[in-house]
Amino acid sequence: MGNKVLMKGNEAVAEAAIRSGCRLYFAYPITPQSELIEYMAKMMPKVKGTFLQAESEVAAINMVYGAAGMGKRVMTSSSSPGISLKMEGISYLAGARLPAVIINVQRGGPGLGDIQPAQGDYFQATKGGGHGDYRLIVLAPSSVQEFADMASDSFDLADKYRVPVMILSDGLLGQMMEPVEFKEYKTDKEIEELGKQHYDWCIHTNEDGKGHHHNEINSLEIDPNVLERHVLNLEQIYKEIEKNEVKHEEYNINDNNEFVCVAFGTAARIVKSAIDDLNAEGRNIGLIRPITVWPYPYKEIAKTIHGNVKRVFVFELNLGQMVEDVKLAVNGKVPVEFMGKVGGLVFTPEEIKEKIKAYL
Amino acid sequence: MAIIAKRPDSLREVSFTYCPGCMHGVAHRLIAETVDELGLKNQMTGVAPVGCSVFAYKFFDFDMAQAAHGRAPAVATGMKRARPEMNVFTYQGDGDLAAIGTAEIVHAANRGEHISVFFVNNAIYGMTGGQMAPTTLPGMKTTTSPYGRDANDIGYPVRVCELLNTLEAPYYIERVSLLSVPEIIKAKKAVQKALTYNKEGRGFTFIEFVSTCPTNWGLDPVKSQQWAKENMIPFFKPGVFRDKGTEGGQK
Repeated sequence: MGNKVLMKGNEAVAEAAIRSGCRLYFAYPITPQSELIEYMAKMMPKVKGTFLQAESEVAAINMVYGAAGMGKRVMTSSSSPGISLKMEGISYLAGARLPAVIINVQRGGPGLGDIQPAQGDYFQATKGGGHGDYRLIVLAPSSVQEFADMASDSFDLADKYRVPVMILSDGLLGQMMEPVEFKEYKTDKEIEELGKQHYDWCIHTNEDGKGHHHNEINSLEIDPNVLERHVLNLEQIYKEIEKNEVKHEEYNINDNNEFVCVAFGTAARIVKSAIDDLNAEGRNIGLIRPITVWPYPYKEIAKTIHGNVKRVFVFELNLGQMVEDVKLAVNGKVPVEFMGKVGGLVFTPEEIKEKIKAYL
Repeated sequence: MAIIAKRPDSLREVSFTYCPGCMHGVAHRLIAETVDELGLKNQMTGVAPVGCSVFAYKFFDFDMAQAAHGRAPAVATGMKRARPEMNVFTYQGDGDLAAIGTAEIVHAANRGEHISVFFVNNAIYGMTGGQMAPTTLPGMKTTTSPYGRDANDIGYPVRVCELLNTLEAPYYIERVSLLSVPEIIKAKKAVQKALTYNKEGRGFTFIEFVSTCPTNWGLDPVKSQQWAKENMIPFFKPGVFRDKGTEGGQK
């Protein structure tokens, strides 16, 4: 603790995952997350962990399914096109209630798109992506430090609720270097204890003092009445998560805000610069930055829309995805304006200021 | 009174979901008996596929996983890497392993994963109602090859043992049949060898069972066995393709 090091987001999140007790990592190379898989290839053998470069994204997520079923902390990472390939496995992870961490270092799409930062996978991450009724906890970092901190947060959340957790990053956060401070390494004993908390459901030998058991890692329930119970049980877990785990940042939010902006991840960084400039010119503009994009801070956004707020602005590196959730939160109380940037391009503070100034 | 035959300890008291005359029950029994004989039950685990044997996770009396279609070798890879102290097998049919799961089986074999794969080949998709499989024979009629498989249009059946035998890493590859009692006894020996190698941590082991599907072939069990002997065996020849545990190693 205490030592700050300068690192790329991709490397910082990998280091933080190892420190959080992740000893199994399966992935397939893709830009712009290559530093992450390379860091794991270098460091996992040093902690006697498993690094395995899979034959495909599909295989990698299914290796994650297998390892998670053994009750161990396991992670995979990719970028947008690769995450699409993982969607089958993510649905199975959710159905079988397996804790696992998936990192998406988003790039431009659709299709092969490009390799520059984007936020076009918001819908995929927060509204499904795979088949069936399920949710992922989705954390959206905005700095290298936060990206790293989310590694341990996501493992803890995955273990607590037995759900897969996604960190929704992008090419800018993955590639950018910033100072970062890490937590201590979990000891081997601590990691072993983390695994044992799952013994009532995970696959393990009969030689742990608990006697014979028949645990099943499975998402199949052929009887509709049983499947209904299973899905309603998932719903209860998701409701618990919505109650307990919403996280957001408020930046210059106060009772006299004339405008409120909403942005997440990389986009939020740029919005902060833009509103700093405008506030220095005498305006009073605040920013809400969702940190969990599922569960979403609907109530927290709604609370900021008081009598003085004339308009809400949403800025995203896509054609308008999170803005739908903002509109649900604002619920027609004030107009919601949207500005997006696509193609892997990132807007400048000037572009954001222009957008807001048009409504002054 | 001496008990001369009983349900293996490693099979649970759960009714199979298989059709009359189906050979999955035989294959399950061979695996379960062998797990008992080798004293592996306490550290054994397996992966059920998608297909007729999708419920295999309910039948074996140890912890089991169920995988997405074709992904069992990848799931087993994650399982074995996570808990190397356990012995892991996959149980897969021909559609699962040789069509949608081709990449996963080839690469698990190529890495020499320390797992056993039990591959049941009956040349047809059973659970979905008799569609063409990657191992359906030329000319064979199925619901999706109603005029017979045209090899010039859709290709020839995939011989998986031969394919995997081109790779360096696999430790043991054998094709057996379940088409008669003597063949079943031979198949049992192959299962014993595969799980013994698995127990000893030797590497990747692969057994293909040439089998039947009376329901979807539209033949009774006896005629199915006869048909398989006459038509499948000439194409899918039983034999040891690879055995690194013996002198010479390869056949």
